[in-house]
Amino acid sequence: MPGGRYLPDSLGSVPDPFDPPGEAWTPVSPRLRGARRLVVAAAAAGVLVASVVAGQLSGLEVVAAAGVVLGGAGAVWGWVWAARSVRAWGYAERDDDLLVRHGLLFRELVVVPYGRMQFVDVRAGPLARAFGLASVELHTAAARTDAHIPGLGLAEATWLRDRLAERGEARSAGL
Amino acid sequence: MSPGERRLHPLTPLAKAWTAMVALAFLAVDNVGHPTSVTTSAVVVIAVIAAALGMGAAGWWVTWYRLDATELVVRSGVLVRRTRHLRLDRLQAVDVVRPVMARVFGLAELRIEVAGGRSSKASLAYLSEPTARRLRAELLARAAGIGPATPEAPEQVLLTVPPLLLARSILADLRLLSAGLVSIGLVVVVVRLPQPGLAVAVLPAVLAAGSVVFREFARHFDFTVAQSPDGLRLRHGLLEHRAQTVPPGRVQAVRMVQPALWRWAGWARLEINVAGYVGSEKSRAQTVVLLPVGSRELARALAGLVLPGPGPFGLPMEPAPRRAAWRQPWGWWVLGVAVGAEVAVVRRGWWRRRTDLIAHGKTQSLRLTQGPWQRALGLASIHLDSTPGPVHVVAAHRDALAARRWVEEEARRSRDARTRSAPEKWMLPPQAGPKGSPPVG
Repeated sequence: MPGGRYLPDSLGSVPDPFDPPGEAWTPVSPRLRGARRLVVAAAAAGVLVASVVAGQLSGLEVVAAAGVVLGGAGAVWGWVWAARSVRAWGYAERDDDLLVRHGLLFRELVVVPYGRMQFVDVRAGPLARAFGLASVELHTAAARTDAHIPGLGLAEATWLRDRLAERGEARSAGL
Repeated sequence: MSPGERRLHPLTPLAKAWTAMVALAFLAVDNVGHPTSVTTSAVVVIAVIAAALGMGAAGWWVTWYRLDATELVVRSGVLVRRTRHLRLDRLQAVDVVRPVMARVFGLAELRIEVAGGRSSKASLAYLSEPTARRLRAELLARAAGIGPATPEAPEQVLLTVPPLLLARSILADLRLLSAGLVSIGLVVVVVRLPQPGLAVAVLPAVLAAGSVVFREFARHFDFTVAQSPDGLRLRHGLLEHRAQTVPPGRVQAVRMVQPALWRWAGWARLEINVAGYVGSEKSRAQTVVLLPVGSRELARALAGLVLPGPGPFGLPMEPAPRRAAWRQPWGWWVLGVAVGAEVAVVRRGWWRRRTDLIAHGKTQSLRLTQGPWQRALGLASIHLDSTPGPVHVVAAHRDALAARRWVEEEARRSRDARTRSAPEKWMLPPQAGPKGSPPVG
């Protein structure tokens, strides 16, 4: 069973408060990076085309140049961001709860007890399906619980959902 | 129609169409000045009233309800038929609401909240007042796991809020006071203006500002808190009267609010989260107040009553580190966290002090968040998520590593508290509950 440790003492030597307790995070699929880069590339291409067209129509080369520079800078930033944000996602299953971590600039660590889960969703949009990905979302009675794990392989997502549902049933508690 | 099904009160269409009628009457009066349109408008008014009554009558004709041992079933819908089953073991609260017009007809609306999912509530509007009361008693008895014929549980009145205290507290709450002052100021300005025509322009603003103050007063007028084996009973309202029943253990979190002037006067207000209460309903604010105003000691005693374990007040507060001042220069010194045997306590708010309390066993999830500025300072915020409601428990700007350790400890406390939590059917001993029923959670 992954992540069996629970003792807070095991955190004594953890330098980063968003590190997992003792063991490593289970990462999400690196294909998510590809999917996000595709979106970034499409957006950048759109900006480039739009700025060139606007430059032609207005006759001002400055407009076209500014658009190309902005689009290019955005594309580079998006390229790097896609890789880093995907690396920042991770989850860990423990005996009694699931841990999810995400975010680069604004980091978040969510602890959801299995007994608090009301239902688990598996979602896959068209883009995600094209990359063979799906996301798992956990819902509790609190609307603010935002525990969703994107970019899992289809088999892994189904497998995780079934296991979460099973554990939730075994540990379910009244509100 | 299956056996045991009943209809709502036959006066329902009339009570429901009332608002439409009043609005139309105003329109009609407004049109009196135009002689040509009198007959036309009369025809239109009559037609619209007839249509409203007809639709109400059709709705009444197809609506049935039935109460059996485990659930309340409500069938309704003229075009789209809908049958809603509400499981009584998940009952979170029962309200008897009587708007002004319903009171005239001797009618009452019964609202039932069960937790779980979007369609987790039902409203029976309208029933006769005795029927509504009887049905409430029966619902609570069945939800508690005792016989349906059990008479309404006796109650012990804990407190009533005197109208004068309520009025004074509204005056001392600067948010409300400013609304009142704005309306008075506008009236003064308008009276002294050379052109009286402008009065019409500011009238809506005056009415809006005045109505905020008045609504606050009317909503909590004659606020009574009583205790019974069914749970807490809250009754209040000047025009629209509400009787709320919150069964034991259904309060998810409590907030004690003390605006600056209230602290000086020694007053406090209590707000609560109850699962299912906050949703699409527009009148959210009035359903979640446990005590509109009272002495601090009273508020503490009442909060202690709805939370498990020994009184959570007076625990030593652990303050935020000094460097939190870089992130929140004003009021960082108020931030504090305390852990009781059964309850976590979080304090914040320099001007409007809020003390949030949540039982360890009631947290839905725990979150640790950190923004860029916090990261540079080595700080993080802890969120103890509760069901939707006015209370958000957030311990802001703690030392990041200590916060992580605190989250781990709280997860363990929460797990331990859940395993020893009370049964959903509160009158039954824990073993006697039905084994197979999966509770909400």
